[in-house]
Amino acid sequence: MTISKKKMIEMYTTMYRIRQFESKLQEFFAASKIPGFVHLYLGEEAVAAGACAALNKEDYITSTHRGHGHLIAKGGDLKLMMAEIFGKSTGYCKGKGGSMHIADVDLGILGANGIVGGGGPIATGAGMAIQYRGEDRVAVCFFGDGASNQGTTQEALNLASAWELPVVFVNENNGYGISCPISKSMAITDIADRAAGYDMPGVIVDGNDVTAVYEAITAAVARARKGEGPSLVECKTYRWRGHFEGDACTYREKDEVDEWIKKDPIPRCAQKMLDEGILTEKELDALHAKIDTELQEAITFAEESPLPEPADLFEDVYA
Amino acid sequence: MAQKTYMQALNDALREEMERDPNVLIIGEDVGQFGGCFGVTKGLFDQFGEKRVRDTPITESAIVGAATGAAAAGLRPVCELMFVDFIGVSMDQLFNQAAKMRYMFGGKTTIPMVLRAPQGAGIGAAAQHSQSLESWFMHIPGLKVAMPATPEDAYGLLLTAIRDDNPVVFLEHKVLYGVEGEVPDNAGAIPFGQAKICREGTDVTIVALSKMVYSALEAAETLAAKGINAEVIDPRTVSPLDMDTIIESVKKTHSLVVAHEAVKTGGAGAEIAAQVAEEIIDYLDTPIMRVGAPFTPVPFSPPLEEAFIPGAEDIVAAVEQIRS
Repeated sequence: MTISKKKMIEMYTTMYRIRQFESKLQEFFAASKIPGFVHLYLGEEAVAAGACAALNKEDYITSTHRGHGHLIAKGGDLKLMMAEIFGKSTGYCKGKGGSMHIADVDLGILGANGIVGGGGPIATGAGMAIQYRGEDRVAVCFFGDGASNQGTTQEALNLASAWELPVVFVNENNGYGISCPISKSMAITDIADRAAGYDMPGVIVDGNDVTAVYEAITAAVARARKGEGPSLVECKTYRWRGHFEGDACTYREKDEVDEWIKKDPIPRCAQKMLDEGILTEKELDALHAKIDTELQEAITFAEESPLPEPADLFEDVYA
Repeated sequence: MAQKTYMQALNDALREEMERDPNVLIIGEDVGQFGGCFGVTKGLFDQFGEKRVRDTPITESAIVGAATGAAAAGLRPVCELMFVDFIGVSMDQLFNQAAKMRYMFGGKTTIPMVLRAPQGAGIGAAAQHSQSLESWFMHIPGLKVAMPATPEDAYGLLLTAIRDDNPVVFLEHKVLYGVEGEVPDNAGAIPFGQAKICREGTDVTIVALSKMVYSALEAAETLAAKGINAEVIDPRTVSPLDMDTIIESVKKTHSLVVAHEAVKTGGAGAEIAAQVAEEIIDYLDTPIMRVGAPFTPVPFSPPLEEAFIPGAEDIVAAVEQIRS
C-alpha cells in the first residue's frame, strides 16, 4: 500500500500534537493545575493517529478513559479539550465531563468513557444506525486489553458480527489493565485471536508503527464500507506512564519501560519521512513550532476561561 | 371509544409511531416473528419487516447499548427487555451511558431511546422474573420512568416516551397485559409528570403505582362503605414525579398512604412520603403509611407469592391504622 506524502504528514502531525498535549497535561497535573485525574496516552500515539487517518469526518468513534489521543486524532479542538480538562465553562462539555467524558458528536466522537468496555455496545449501535440508513460511514470502537475481557465487549463483537455491522474494533493492547499484566488476565497472548470466535478478521499490527496501523485500519474500514462486516485490529503498544498520573508503577520494571521508549513511534515516523524526502529537517521544525504555538493558544484559552457557575449544575440533565 | 387491552394499546402506540417516523425501530429478544415474549410486538414484524423489528441475540448489554449508540446517531430505537429483572445484565449501558451522556457531554447530544420492560409479580415467575424496580431507575438523573396502569395511559405514555429526546424506562406490569379498558378514539400522547386523579375524595390520599392503582380503587370502595372517602392518585411517571398534584391532594385530605408492589424498603413510596413530609408536614393529621412488598425476593409457590404481593386489603388496613 502506498501512503501519500500528505497522509504521512497528517499522521505525524497528529502524533506530535497528541504527544505535546499529553506532555503538557503531565506537567499540569504534577503542578496541581488541573482537577481530578488523567490517564495519559503517551507512547500510544500511533494507534489513534493511524486509525483516525483512515476515517472521514462523518465516521463515528467511541473512545476510552485514555481518550485524549483519539479525540485529537478525530479532529477534536485543542482549545475546547484543554478548557474541559481545566474544568472551565468554555470546554467541550462546559466543565461537566472532564478528561474522561469529552465528546464532539459533530465530529462523530461519541465520547471518551469512564467505564472500561463501555464503548463497545455504543459503537455497535452507531453501526446499526449506519446500516439502517444505508450510509457510507463506519464506527470505530477503541478499546484496551482490559476492556477485551469485559462482557460488554464480547457482546458488542458478537452482535456486530451477527448483523454484519460496519464496525471496526481497534484494540490497544498496552500490556496492562491498570497494574495487572495480560499474562495474568487472559490465557491468550494475542487479543486478535478472539476475532475467530466471531468469524471476523483478527489482525495484529505493531501499534508503534503509524503506517502499519493506518494500513490495517484502512483495510478493515474498506471491508466495513462494503457491507462485509466488522473486524478486530489488535495494535501492540505500551503506555509510558502509569495507569493514571500519580501511579507509582510498582508492577513493572523500569527496563521494560525503557525498552518501549526506544520504540517511540514519533521519531520513528519522523526518520522515515526524512529518509524518504517527505519533509526536510527545517520543515519538521516548522511543523513542530506550529503545533507548539497552537497548543500554547489552547493553554492560554483554558487558563483565561471562566469556571462554571454553581447554578450550571442543573443544566442539561434532560433534553 | 374502543375497548382495548393494555397490550393492544401498547402495540397500537408502537405501530403508529413507526408509521409516523421512519427513525423508530424495535430491537430485542424475540420481538420479531415471535411477537415478543408477552406478545406486545405482535404483527409489527409482518408490517415493518426485519429491518425495523429486529430480533437480537440474548445479549442485554448489547441491546441497551446498541439502542443508546443508535440514538446518539440519530435514530429513535425502542428496545425491549423480556423481563425488567434482566436489566442487571445491562445496567451500565443504561445508567452510566444512556442516562449520563447528555450531561457529561455538556448538553451536546440527545439520547431518544425507550427501554420497554415488563415488571411485577403474579404469574409464578419467581425471584428473577417478577421484581418491580422503578426505584432503581428513578434514582438516576437523566432517566425518565413511566409506569402506566391503564390501556389509555399505556398508549398515551408510550407515544410520549418514543417522542421524548431522553432515555425513557417504560415499565409495563405483566399482569395488566390482558386488562381491558377504554381508549378514546381521539386518545393522544400523555405528557410525563402529570399525575391522574383516579378517584376524588376528601379523607385520605392514596398514591398508587402501576397495578396497585386497581388495588387502591378497590380499597377506596371498601373504605367508602366504612364512611371514609379516599382520593386515589396515579402519578403515571415516577420521573418526572408530579408532586404538585400529590401535595395539593394531601393539603385537602390531611392524610397520605402510598402503595406500590415493589419492596417497601427504599422504594418510590419512601420518596413520595419524604417529599410530602418535607413540604407540608403541618397539613398532616395522621402519620404517613407506605404499603409495599415485604423485604424478600419474590417467591415462587402460589401461597407464598400471594403473601408477597400487596393488595387492596393492605391499603385498607393502612388507612384504618393511621386513622385509629
